Amino acid sequence: MIDWDPLVLTFKLAAITTGILLVIAVPLAYYLAYSRSKLKPILETLVSMPLVLPPTVLGFYLLVTFSPGHPIGRFIENELGIQLLFSFPGLVIGSVIYSLPFMVQPIQAGFAGLPHALKEASYVLGKSRFTTVIRVLLPNMKPALLSAVVLAFAHTVGEFGVVLMIGGNIPGRTRVASIAVYDEVEALNYDLANTYSLILFAITFLLLLLVYLFNGGYLKRLFHKMRT
Amino acid sequence: MIEISLQKKLNTADGNMMMQADFEVESGIIHTIYGASGTGKTSIFRMLAGLLTPDAGKIVVNGQTWYDAANKINRKPQQRNVGFMFQDYALFPNMSVRKNLEFALKNEQNRVIIDQLMDIIALNELQHRKPETLSGGQKQRVALARALVNKPDLVLLDEPLAALDKPMRQKLQKYVAEVQRELGFTMLLISHDVGEILKLSQGISVLENGQLSPPREPASFFTSSAVSGKFQFEAEVIHIKREGIVFILNLLVGNRLIKIVAQPDDVENLHVGDQVIVASKGFNPLIYKV
Repeated sequence: MIDWDPLVLTFKLAAITTGILLVIAVPLAYYLAYSRSKLKPILETLVSMPLVLPPTVLGFYLLVTFSPGHPIGRFIENELGIQLLFSFPGLVIGSVIYSLPFMVQPIQAGFAGLPHALKEASYVLGKSRFTTVIRVLLPNMKPALLSAVVLAFAHTVGEFGVVLMIGGNIPGRTRVASIAVYDEVEALNYDLANTYSLILFAITFLLLLLVYLFNGGYLKRLFHKMRT
Repeated sequence: MIEISLQKKLNTADGNMMMQADFEVESGIIHTIYGASGTGKTSIFRMLAGLLTPDAGKIVVNGQTWYDAANKINRKPQQRNVGFMFQDYALFPNMSVRKNLEFALKNEQNRVIIDQLMDIIALNELQHRKPETLSGGQKQRVALARALVNKPDLVLLDEPLAALDKPMRQKLQKYVAEVQRELGFTMLLISHDVGEILKLSQGISVLENGQLSPPREPASFFTSSAVSGKFQFEAEVIHIKREGIVFILNLLVGNRLIKIVAQPDDVENLHVGDQVIVASKGFNPLIYKV
């Protein structure tokens, strides 16, 4: 009998991670798109690191940092009362870092692709930077936002190495679907592994399909046809 | 009254250039900045709007200091109450025409101005359309209206009517003149079109080699030795042909092609594409009503 917990946990993790990333990534991408600071290349590199770094390496550093032996881990555990190792909050932080480039890069490209005059026109009309971002810039880069959200979500769903390093395989807490697949294969439960895999495959396929349909304008044309 | 004194080193196509622009403009008039492409006219506008910082100088608009290098005053664009009609319109694609105008409202500003502007500039029929569905001329009308919504102390029109065909241009010139007359804006205009300048503006300054000339009256500027002709019109030179000892000029006046006879020394500095003023005081024109 299939245990739905790993799937529920996976999508809960992906949803929370995506939400947090959206809040972080918009200001970060804005800075990276418009800043001329000398620090920018370094920050850009750091943001992109999870793209090329083996997830186990990232997981390893997080494991060390979160452990009670490390000042940061100790501080978080003693002062904030949050245990990050082998816990869901730890997975969220790991996933946020792991999926950061997938959220930041499309949004950064979206900002950079907007005509400069839009921002200037809004400023000249007396609108603050915040108002300009929320009401002028973001609404005109919806495809970039959608790509970013879906890529970050799907990438978190597909996370494996980082979870294995810092989350382990605790049912209901850190046992996400990708881990469950691995676990069932180890236990020679190929049928169950296949079920999990198929579900993950189907959902991520649909998510990406949605992005391509939307950004390619197919949906718009379809709705248009349906209305006329 | 608007007092402007700006110095800025600009990177132009021909290397670095020091730009110096000092001028004063009376409130409630349209003043033109004229000059070849790439001389820094748009840079002057960007400095006035606060989008580009001058190296030195001062901008005082109706007694308010917007910029003063000596006293380290540099108001942000948001604090200048300036209207800027961008060369490429910069309409917000996500908002309808009406929403574009409403976005420009200041907090608690009376919305009446929007209907007023939409009436004068004839935007009522377009109000629910998105910018992407508008023609070039319609976009320019929206951009003009949007630049005026928050009743700016200074309106900057950067080649507002470029890239429009002649009838559309004339229509828009009418709109500009009308809003200016009815609502009393102070406007600076960048334009290359002699007819437009003569029709719209009451003063002109020329930007040449980085120096802005003192303001002059447009008509006297374009007819260097002030003409008091019996008639005069502006035209574009289409063709120059020698015929015996005189020249025949083909000129475009409005949409009409006309031919006139010219003396060799009239033609000496003329090239195809030049804007000219043709005036005559030697005879009385005959005028028939048709």
